[in-house]
Amino acid sequence: MDGPDVGWYIVVAAMLFGIGALGVMMRRSPLIVLLSLELMLNAANLTLIAFARQQGNLDGQIFALAVMAVAAAEVAIGLGLIVAMGRRRMLLDVDQASALRG
Amino acid sequence: MGNVLVWVVWFLAAGGCLASGVAVVSVTNPFFSALALIGNLASLAVLYLLLAAEFVAAAQVLVYAGAVMVMFLFVVAYLGGRADAPWAGGPPLLRSAAVVAAVALLVEIVVVLGLAWGDNLTDPAEVSDSFGSPAAIGEAFLTDHLLAFEITSIVLLVAAVGGVVLGTTREKEDEAA
Repeated sequence: MDGPDVGWYIVVAAMLFGIGALGVMMRRSPLIVLLSLELMLNAANLTLIAFARQQGNLDGQIFALAVMAVAAAEVAIGLGLIVAMGRRRMLLDVDQASALRG
Repeated sequence: MGNVLVWVVWFLAAGGCLASGVAVVSVTNPFFSALALIGNLASLAVLYLLLAAEFVAAAQVLVYAGAVMVMFLFVVAYLGGRADAPWAGGPPLLRSAAVVAAVALLVEIVVVLGLAWGDNLTDPAEVSDSFGSPAAIGEAFLTDHLLAFEITSIVLLVAAVGGVVLGTTREKEDEAA
């Protein structure tokens, strides 16, 4: 394999996952929380594809495609929730949306 | 020579990937955050190409950077200025706790993968040219992974219906709002 070893890709994926996790935990805008979630999913995808290359096994790429489909579903639901929040004139702030808190 | 070129492309893609990732998290305006995520997805597609995953890279650009992000941009446009939320929430203690938790996650991933795989990540398997091609992916999907393929279609259908249900308001709620 030309270029960097698979371990380098894993390090990039781990850093990307950390950045995404930071965004999910720190940001208040639900839109940016969703975008950070996408970052984490993509980091997982990169790991799957890197290990698929390492093992010479196509299953990892199939899994990554399934993750992409589930991510698209998650975005559809998440954006639906955000639009519903917007329609009800709620403040777009995940710290304020606490009506279900026990 | 070809080897050096691969390293250069890898560093550009990995650097772009991390830089746009930081931009997604740190920008105040969700519109620019979404644009940064499109850049992130594109540079990830380059990394996928380097890992011999041609079909996944193409699907990434078409489905993710194309369709999904357009949906995002539509919602950002629909919400307009209201989408701009304050940067971070909670007391400073919570914020620094979030940083600590993220760093702990990162260290955890690196240590676990390093312990389990550290010595085995240097010799990737030999793969043929057709590895990751649409033909190979299609064959794997329609033979070994047929059930996952069919269930994915149901998941997408349910999510689409759910998105419509969530996004539509009944007249009573409009009056209340």
